[in-house]
Amino acid sequence: MRDERVRRYGSVALVALLIAVLPHFIPSYGAFELTYVGAYAIGILGLIVLTGASGQISLGHGAFFAIGGYTVALLGQKLGVPYWISLPLAALASGVVGLGLGLVALRLEGIYLALATFALAVATPSTLKHFKALTGGSQGVVLSPLAVPGALHGLITPEQWLYYVTWTLAGVLFFATSLALHGRLGRALHALRDNEIAAVSFGVNPHRYKTLAFGWSAAYAGVAGAIVAIATAFASPDAYGIALSLALVTGAVLGGLDTLWGALIGGVIVEFLPLWAQKINPAAPSVIYGIALILFTIFLPGGIGRALQSALNSLRLRGGNQHARS
Amino acid sequence: MHAPSRLLAATLAAFFALALSAGTRTPVSADEPGITPTEIVLGGLHPYSGPASSYGAIGKGAQAYFAYINDNGGVNGRKITYKDLDDAYSPPQAVQLAKQLVEQDHVFAMFNTLGTPSNTAIRQYLNQNQVPQLFVATGASTWGADAAKFPWTIGWQPDYQSEAIIYARYLMNEDSNPKIAVLYQNDDYGEDYLTGLKDGLGKKADAIVKTASYEVTDPSVSSQIASLKASGATTFFIFATPKFSIQALVAAAQQSWKPRIFLNTVSNSQTTMKAATSAGGVAATQGVISVQYLKDPAEPKWDNDAGMKLYRAIAAKYMPGADQNNGYFLYGMGAAYTMVDCLQRAGKNLTRQRVMDAAIHLNERDNPFVISGVVVQTSPKNRFPIGQEQLASYNGTRFSLFGSLIGARGR
Repeated sequence: MRDERVRRYGSVALVALLIAVLPHFIPSYGAFELTYVGAYAIGILGLIVLTGASGQISLGHGAFFAIGGYTVALLGQKLGVPYWISLPLAALASGVVGLGLGLVALRLEGIYLALATFALAVATPSTLKHFKALTGGSQGVVLSPLAVPGALHGLITPEQWLYYVTWTLAGVLFFATSLALHGRLGRALHALRDNEIAAVSFGVNPHRYKTLAFGWSAAYAGVAGAIVAIATAFASPDAYGIALSLALVTGAVLGGLDTLWGALIGGVIVEFLPLWAQKINPAAPSVIYGIALILFTIFLPGGIGRALQSALNSLRLRGGNQHARS
Repeated sequence: MHAPSRLLAATLAAFFALALSAGTRTPVSADEPGITPTEIVLGGLHPYSGPASSYGAIGKGAQAYFAYINDNGGVNGRKITYKDLDDAYSPPQAVQLAKQLVEQDHVFAMFNTLGTPSNTAIRQYLNQNQVPQLFVATGASTWGADAAKFPWTIGWQPDYQSEAIIYARYLMNEDSNPKIAVLYQNDDYGEDYLTGLKDGLGKKADAIVKTASYEVTDPSVSSQIASLKASGATTFFIFATPKFSIQALVAAAQQSWKPRIFLNTVSNSQTTMKAATSAGGVAATQGVISVQYLKDPAEPKWDNDAGMKLYRAIAAKYMPGADQNNGYFLYGMGAAYTMVDCLQRAGKNLTRQRVMDAAIHLNERDNPFVISGVVVQTSPKNRFPIGQEQLASYNGTRFSLFGSLIGARGR
């Protein structure tokens, strides 16, 4: 057991180390791309909480990205609020809306919830355009770029600074999520997902936990949306359309919904798959998304994360056996 | 539990130590980026995929023109390498790719990036780094109007507001009591046209009896057309991109609505008009009024024109198999012509500052791709390179110019 734990934390430490040294070996814009990977990974982490742990579906997480992005954009532009204050507020705003949606979601299950959240994703750009006085309409909002703090001036580039801020946040959120999902909260959510009646008979309040999962997940998406907006230094309605929501779901399914590593893999997929696919054919990204989704649901429902984990486990078992034999 | 948490603490410590020591950007060489004795590297973004992918033809046209220039000696002995990437009309992608072009590919300048959202997203970054953002492919007025804040940015085509003003003035001459319905795309581009129309109508702005908008993700606009028709309007403005313009023209014909129709330049290519005519019949497109500032490859009037012959020769050699009647290719060549002219004007000793100066001192009377008489002209006070257009009406097979060149910004 102790061995297992050391191994798990060891692999976490290894990945963290890799993330920390990476900007030394890649150009600044590469760090910039990986910032997006970090942001998408945080967003997908939210989907893992919602879909993986609590069994609810959201095809509308782009809407929470929008809330996060517009919160930092508008607070910054209209009130001059610095990012270290507006970023937590973005999480809060998005989380509160998520809780509200969670209440609605209680009345909907499976495909109906999927449809309702899909509608949310479709409506997001038009809604943002409609409240023109507040959101600047379709012109979008320009954000000021994240500045390197005075003490670090000349030591790192703005892109690297944003990279480290993002990945530190991602690290904290991964750790917190892991703790929560392995504790009481996670057990309650898993119980509800697997058998609601049994869970209720053990004293789990389904309404409270399901709503909570929605708010929790939305808060993560809010953080992710805020980071993307800060990195892009521009928030515009059409960036939060259905394409974003579907890309997130695709990333989550391909990465794997039942392991936190899935979020990391999903982040890489959301950021780089369109770029790679474009090289094959400009129209390829959506086709590849579609085909991959179908193939994964049929043949690899646990996603790449689960597949890697079982591959590693079997390797380890084999290694262990050899060890025993020798 | 203690061992893992200690391990984690150690990791975090290492993380921050490394974060602090992450080296600074490797300095680029003292020379001007993207310029060597034999090469000029330009960057650009066009949507080759996604909802606006039909505009990708503009990038291809520009690429073909540069290839032609390179095969004919280049610019002052330097060949142009145009790194044109696909941003799928998405601002986050545009920002990432622009950084890649500037920081990895060390482009000298950005040329003809397409779309208002993408250009808005990268404008701040490019201006901060003093990278010229030249001749952007969008008709928003901000490219010419906000030079004080963004001196490294300049547009090319006539702006949408000016175009709408031309329509408004023409309409008021023709019809003393117009009843106007407007279909527009619900974004900055559609709103720019609507604003221009209202400005142009002035006191008569209440002649607009009904407006309807659509989102780029909408599957169809036929319900909007039904509601516009129901308003009883006798004039119909279509401020829409090609796909939706075709739908609007066809839907109006199918619903036997026969207003006077104005169609924005964004969608008046022969490709669009042909598609609308074949789907909705001649009635769908006959009499449609638009403006032009580029020679329309589908107009036989230009068949013997030297500029059109050049266009066809370049298209045949460098874009074999492409539909030459697609005006977007010609648009790309026209903008590329101005780019080459600007580089030549900047002289042999190229710097970003010199090229920017050249871009605001254009006086191009011989651009072979714009309609005869149009001068591509700028000055420090006038950063709208093309400010003249001419009305044209569609006879079922092609547009015919009528009237004279109209300057929208007092030219």
